[in-house]
Amino acid sequence: MTATFDLASSSVRDLNQALHDADRGSFHIANPRGAHAVAAGITSEIAVQIDGSVGYYCAGMHQRGAVHIYGNAGTGLAENIMSGSVHITGNATMSAGATGHGGLLVIEGNAGARCGISMKGVDIVVGGHVGHMTAFMAQAGDLVVLGDAAEDLGDSIYEARLFVRGDVASLGADCVEKEMRPEHTERLTQLLEASGLDASPADFARYGSARELYNFHPDDIDAEVAAAKGATS
Amino acid sequence: MTSHQWALRESYTFDRNVIAEIRRAANTGVYRIRGFGAKRVLPTLDDLVFLGASMSRYPLEGYREACATDVIIGERTAENPVKLDIPITIAGMSFGSLSAEAKEALGRGASSVGTSTTTGDGGMTQEERGHSSILVYQYLPSRYGMNPDDLRQADAIEVVVGQGAKPGGGGMLLGQKITERVAGMRTLPEGIDQRSASRHPDWTGPDDLEIKITQLREVVDWKVPVYIKIGAARPYYDTTLAVKAGADAIVVDGMQGGTAATQDVFIEHVGIPTIAAIPEAVRALEDLGMHRDVKLIAAGGIRSGADVAKALALGADVVSIGTAALIAIGDNSPEREDEYRELGSSAGYWEDYQDGTDPAGITTQDPELSARLDPVIAGRRLANYLQVLTLEAQTLARACGKSHVHNLDTEDLAALTVEAAAMAGVPLAGTSWVPGRSDRY
Ligand SMILES: Cc1cc2nc3c(=O)[nH]c(=O)nc-3n(C[C@H](O)[C@H](O)[C@H](O)COP(=O)(O)O)c2cc1C
Repeated sequence: MTATFDLASSSVRDLNQALHDADRGSFHIANPRGAHAVAAGITSEIAVQIDGSVGYYCAGMHQRGAVHIYGNAGTGLAENIMSGSVHITGNATMSAGATGHGGLLVIEGNAGARCGISMKGVDIVVGGHVGHMTAFMAQAGDLVVLGDAAEDLGDSIYEARLFVRGDVASLGADCVEKEMRPEHTERLTQLLEASGLDASPADFARYGSARELYNFHPDDIDAEVAAAKGATS
Repeated sequence: MTSHQWALRESYTFDRNVIAEIRRAANTGVYRIRGFGAKRVLPTLDDLVFLGASMSRYPLEGYREACATDVIIGERTAENPVKLDIPITIAGMSFGSLSAEAKEALGRGASSVGTSTTTGDGGMTQEERGHSSILVYQYLPSRYGMNPDDLRQADAIEVVVGQGAKPGGGGMLLGQKITERVAGMRTLPEGIDQRSASRHPDWTGPDDLEIKITQLREVVDWKVPVYIKIGAARPYYDTTLAVKAGADAIVVDGMQGGTAATQDVFIEHVGIPTIAAIPEAVRALEDLGMHRDVKLIAAGGIRSGADVAKALALGADVVSIGTAALIAIGDNSPEREDEYRELGSSAGYWEDYQDGTDPAGITTQDPELSARLDPVIAGRRLANYLQVLTLEAQTLARACGKSHVHNLDTEDLAALTVEAAAMAGVPLAGTSWVPGRSDRY
């Protein structure tokens, strides 16, 4: 049975409380009208369908369930997602999937700036383009972009893997293009399949960390001079 | 030596520490990173004195009459507000920067006197949750270990915008301390020199923060209060915006505030002192008619019951301590003098929290060192210390005739220096002159 919440008449608070209290079932949300924090903090394996566009932090801190949005989303879609899935048919604004630790986020349209910022294990698939500073400080997880990436892709990236089919305007600090090995193609194939988006893995390039910024590299001229003296005396 | 020969004369501009730093920089090519807080001379709460009761004021009996110390945070919004028995909390210090034993000791000590501890940059450990009866969960720019299950276990949430030791800067944890467990909690490779983000990843200004705070409240079903922590830089505006963003409490951390690892240039040169920050934050709350409704938690260089009472008299509701709590549980103890010497320092001077070599077993992830800290004994030391701070604050409040420490106010204070009078907004002792506010001597 599907429970329906019409946000034209009921509050986000009542909706979220009902979603938090549920341990199974499916929910249909109508008239979100750009409301913030819609379906944030889900913990159980429920299915949620949202008809319309949402504001900030929709499906934020998501765990286990499946959220499907038919519309566009504001900042921080599925931020800090832990598990489960979030799928949006339209575009997502800034910081989609930010700091996500697990689960799958699929954006059929474009994603704005800082998509996947500080991602920590989430997988993100974007059907369109991504904005600047995407995957900034990205720590773990895979990000797939079928379109182009704007400036400074993967700036200060750690161990996340980025797969981009289109053009990359520029790479950020310490981000480099890397070889696509068979395990990457395999992973990419899985992610494309899971997302339901159609593309050939062969068309993608992989980007990741050059690992040059991982540690400070202090000089030690004193030690060098002392060693040189030792060698000549 | 002839009678007209000068004694060795150290330059005030290029003293021996300045020279040592220039030489160190020339040798290594990297900036100096260290722990502890600002070491330079700064205006402090020591520059204020209490006036005490006299003919025109009536004291309470020092030992008998009640002088309450309790505080409630978040009544306006949270189903379960935070209830503190004493107005002194333990500030956010991460597992990672501190050993598990040290976190446990802080939890034990704070819990036994009815106050809270705080997680830090790196997430919550079950040990600290278990040993802290009231635990504040920090929500930081890095979001290391940020887990909604932990968020829901917290008694309050503290959104960290900044820290007194480094307003505008992000956290740091050097490779020596990124052990397997710490790396796992933060999803980072082991042994890297970790530099945390300085900006939150999914909001950029006070309007966004307001929406973020609503989301946090939604996720925890409006059960617990939300604090905002700022490094003291522009406390009037930051406090105003934090109230606007919906905070239940604002933590203002002055430039003396301790740190586990920060660039020395940040520690000594960014932010304003605690004595200057508190009055500005209070003025903002008063201008909004929110003083005492939104709670003010002051931190940065709080050491004694006198500091506690003065911070409260300036208008804070609570103070928070970091460095002093570490010292109470054994940091910089003279018993370890030989080992501090081996590290090129001395008990009372040691500041290399970033190194992971702490002989006291507090700021380390080395299991051999951390095993030296007995969390039960250390927890008792902290409880004793917190009790002394409370007793001292109460005794000062009674001497000013106050039956609750929150009844202390700026009328009870005088300043010993013109600077302190100007910053704290209280008259220079022996005058009625508040620089910048009155021209009357
Ligand atoms: C070892 C250590 C670790 C710290 N870690 C954090 C942290 O993770 N997050 C944070 O907001 N502040 C952190 N701080 C700052 C404290 O929360 C607090 O603001 C400061 O210690 C207060 O000043 P005080 O040390 O003079 O009492 C840390 C401080 C120390 C000494």
